[in-house]
Amino acid sequence: MSSFTLTVNGKKHAVDVDPDTPLLWVLRDSIGLTGTKYGCGSGYCGSCTVHVDGEAIRSCTMAIESLSGKKVTTIEGLSMNFGHPVQQAWIAGDVPQCGYCQSGQIMAAAALLSEKSHPTDEDINASMNLICRCGTYNRIREAVHVASETILKKELGQKGGK
Amino acid sequence: MKTALNRRDFLKVSSVAGSGLVLGFYLPSKENEMLVGPAADFSPNAFVKINPSGTVTISVAKSEMGQGVRTSLPMIVAEELDADWTKVRIEQADAHPTKYGSQSTGGSFSVRGSWQMLRQAGATAREMLLSAAAQSWNVQKTSCRAEKGFVVHSSGKKLSYGQLADAAGKLSVPTSVELKENKDFKILGKALPKLDTPEKVNGSAVFGSDVRVKGMLFASIEKCPVFGGKVKSFDAMKAKAVTGVKDVINIENGVAVVANSTYAAFKGRDTLSITWDEGQWAQQTSASIKKLFEDAVKQKGSVENYDGDAEDAFAAAPTKIEAVYEVPFAAHATMEPMNCTADVRNGRCEIWAPTQAPQGAQNEAARILGLPLDKVTVHVTLLGGGFGRRLQSDYVQDAVKVSKAVNAPVQVVWKRQDDMQHDWYRPATYNLMRGGLDKNGSPVAWLHRVAGPSSRGLVVGGSTPPYSIPNFIVDSHIKETGVPIGAWRSVGPSQNGWVVESFIDELAHAAKKDPFEYRRQLLGKSPRLKRALEVAAEKAGWGKALPRGIGRGIAAVEGFGSSIAEVAEVSVDADGTLKIHRIVAAVDCGPVVNPNTVEAQLESAVVYAMSASLKDEITIDKGRVVQSNFHDYSMPMISEMPKVEVHIIPSTEAIGGIGEPGLPPLAPAVCNAIFAATGKRIRRLPIRPEDLKRA
Ligand code: FES
Ligand code: FES
Repeated sequence: MSSFTLTVNGKKHAVDVDPDTPLLWVLRDSIGLTGTKYGCGSGYCGSCTVHVDGEAIRSCTMAIESLSGKKVTTIEGLSMNFGHPVQQAWIAGDVPQCGYCQSGQIMAAAALLSEKSHPTDEDINASMNLICRCGTYNRIREAVHVASETILKKELGQKGGK
Repeated sequence: MKTALNRRDFLKVSSVAGSGLVLGFYLPSKENEMLVGPAADFSPNAFVKINPSGTVTISVAKSEMGQGVRTSLPMIVAEELDADWTKVRIEQADAHPTKYGSQSTGGSFSVRGSWQMLRQAGATAREMLLSAAAQSWNVQKTSCRAEKGFVVHSSGKKLSYGQLADAAGKLSVPTSVELKENKDFKILGKALPKLDTPEKVNGSAVFGSDVRVKGMLFASIEKCPVFGGKVKSFDAMKAKAVTGVKDVINIENGVAVVANSTYAAFKGRDTLSITWDEGQWAQQTSASIKKLFEDAVKQKGSVENYDGDAEDAFAAAPTKIEAVYEVPFAAHATMEPMNCTADVRNGRCEIWAPTQAPQGAQNEAARILGLPLDKVTVHVTLLGGGFGRRLQSDYVQDAVKVSKAVNAPVQVVWKRQDDMQHDWYRPATYNLMRGGLDKNGSPVAWLHRVAGPSSRGLVVGGSTPPYSIPNFIVDSHIKETGVPIGAWRSVGPSQNGWVVESFIDELAHAAKKDPFEYRRQLLGKSPRLKRALEVAAEKAGWGKALPRGIGRGIAAVEGFGSSIAEVAEVSVDADGTLKIHRIVAAVDCGPVVNPNTVEAQLESAVVYAMSASLKDEITIDKGRVVQSNFHDYSMPMISEMPKVEVHIIPSTEAIGGIGEPGLPPLAPAVCNAIFAATGKRIRRLPIRPEDLKRA
């Protein structure tokens, strides 16, 4: 056991765990943020996707010891009150079915859009390689495009305002 | 929007009460009065509660696993109640032996099975609110009408349901009520967003594995890899030395490591050394199972269904076609691996489970613990997928046993590997098909002999062809293989739909007829399915030219009270890579509760069926499952998605199910399209690139 300090959703947390403990379990069991899900534990499914310094990573394969000084954002910290354009698009498109994969899908989509505000279908295929056993894929694609539109409109609005 | 399993409430209630979640309990009205004083809630039955501020709370007694019951079932009640939909809240019902009828969620039965009961529940409440208003105004009840959460008098004056709740609660419950005519529906038939979507986009939704109870421990179980095997002996020394590990327990079919975190339990488990008594199936392999089935179909089996004399007609037919169709075992692979939280202490048991069978879980726990049912509480959480897997209670039993052994609340979490290797699989089957055509190409004989593992219903379900064929027979051989078999989304039709719809396609081609027309001619006795077939063909542009390299296939399957036909457009590369471009589905499921969820379920069924026809295969070696995770049991990804078009046929037929019936037509439509594109007939699943490569 060792002590680690990490910043999650803007808040500092000190945890006492084995250095090889995956971030996923630190979030779920030590910090109590259960929005990030366990699906495979081996990096295949993406249900555990969170942001580390703004980048989408699979938290089941990232040991806590490699995270010192990094900033972690989970689904709970993505926005206040569903404010993120991806969450809004997900609600508008009624994307989730069982919902279990959706935290990961949303975090992956948010990271994709922060890098490329107008992704093509190919970009989506490449970045949204997460499993949804309920098969919400077509709605996910649609919602990413809708979120992208919202972001572009906002950007245009800001430019226009200057 | 707020639902009963809002996480904050969940945590608050479970930690404050200690006894856990009380949301979802129907409180008898007397108790309510004690709680809230004289202006009481109005709760005429187990499903409806209206409080003085007008909030309508509807109990959902089926399990939400993505199919949308937390929205569609309340819609049914709200319709008859004439409720204001924006004031509707839901509560997930705990298990109860009788109060809600069957709480099992399967067979695409939630809506059609609850339809009458929930309409009555809503209509009863509406009638009582109308009576209460009429009494308070001292007018005829017939001069009052219900409208969006109000009772309105012909004079224009109105009272809200909240204002009427107290008075309505004092009336006696009418024994019979009139239900609306379908044409008067205002909520039913509307494409409404699901009530629980918001909680699924901000991480607050509570699935089974998200349950947190004060003082709980976590456990991981190493189970005997061979089905039916048991623990002979084990060494827990190393496991007990792992930081965080509290205990190691023998539960007979496995060894549980209990720790203060999930990861510590996993780590402790990795150090276990266990000697197994592997039991009678230790030598079983996929090849030996295939041999068993292959040998079996050489003999006549037990007759499942027949008409005329198929053997004679086949012998006399001028054209004979024979083929063998093989289906592999398939795992459910729900996105959320099996898990359950149980607290067995002081002669009571409290369970939080992502289960499709709350009453089954309650019964099992009571049996294991020797407790009466009323000492066992089962809270149903959200399910991260079900697909039939969660009709079983094995993972509930795990948690109950471990919690009892350590005398503390415990969450048992299965690893993905456990989930894949200890499933209740869709049966593998081996099908000998024989068909005879007369000189005009019409089928005069159809013989389907199927061999598969027990249980029989899952092997033979959906095997009777819907076509008018004067002589047909289905016979079966059911063989024990040791592999646990269970309901897998769309059950029997999931494999028999493929066999029947592929083989009828073979007959059509042998007769040199158009496969759509051939089917259509033979569907005289199934007008509903015929209509679905016609609509799918029309919407897909059947008969119109396609770009070079693309083939089109059709299939139609009836089941779960609904009729669905699908048309697939596919292409195959020279290297055998299959691409599905477009799926057109036409469905007749009777009156539609929520077109949004009907569409979503069909999209979902297409993907689930794609995984089973293109990817999935569970194989057995030395009595154990070979596959362990998504690298060797892979799933379709977003990049492989075809366009999916859903056409809902307006219908006044009886209400049908929707969670499953979209699956069976997909595999045959795709395989028939492959035949159209390449001339290759696919007779074993999953479809393999080597079966597609051009010669
Ligand atoms: S749980 Fe991390 S990728 Fe599947
Ligand atoms: S919504 Fe169920 S796995 Fe994606």
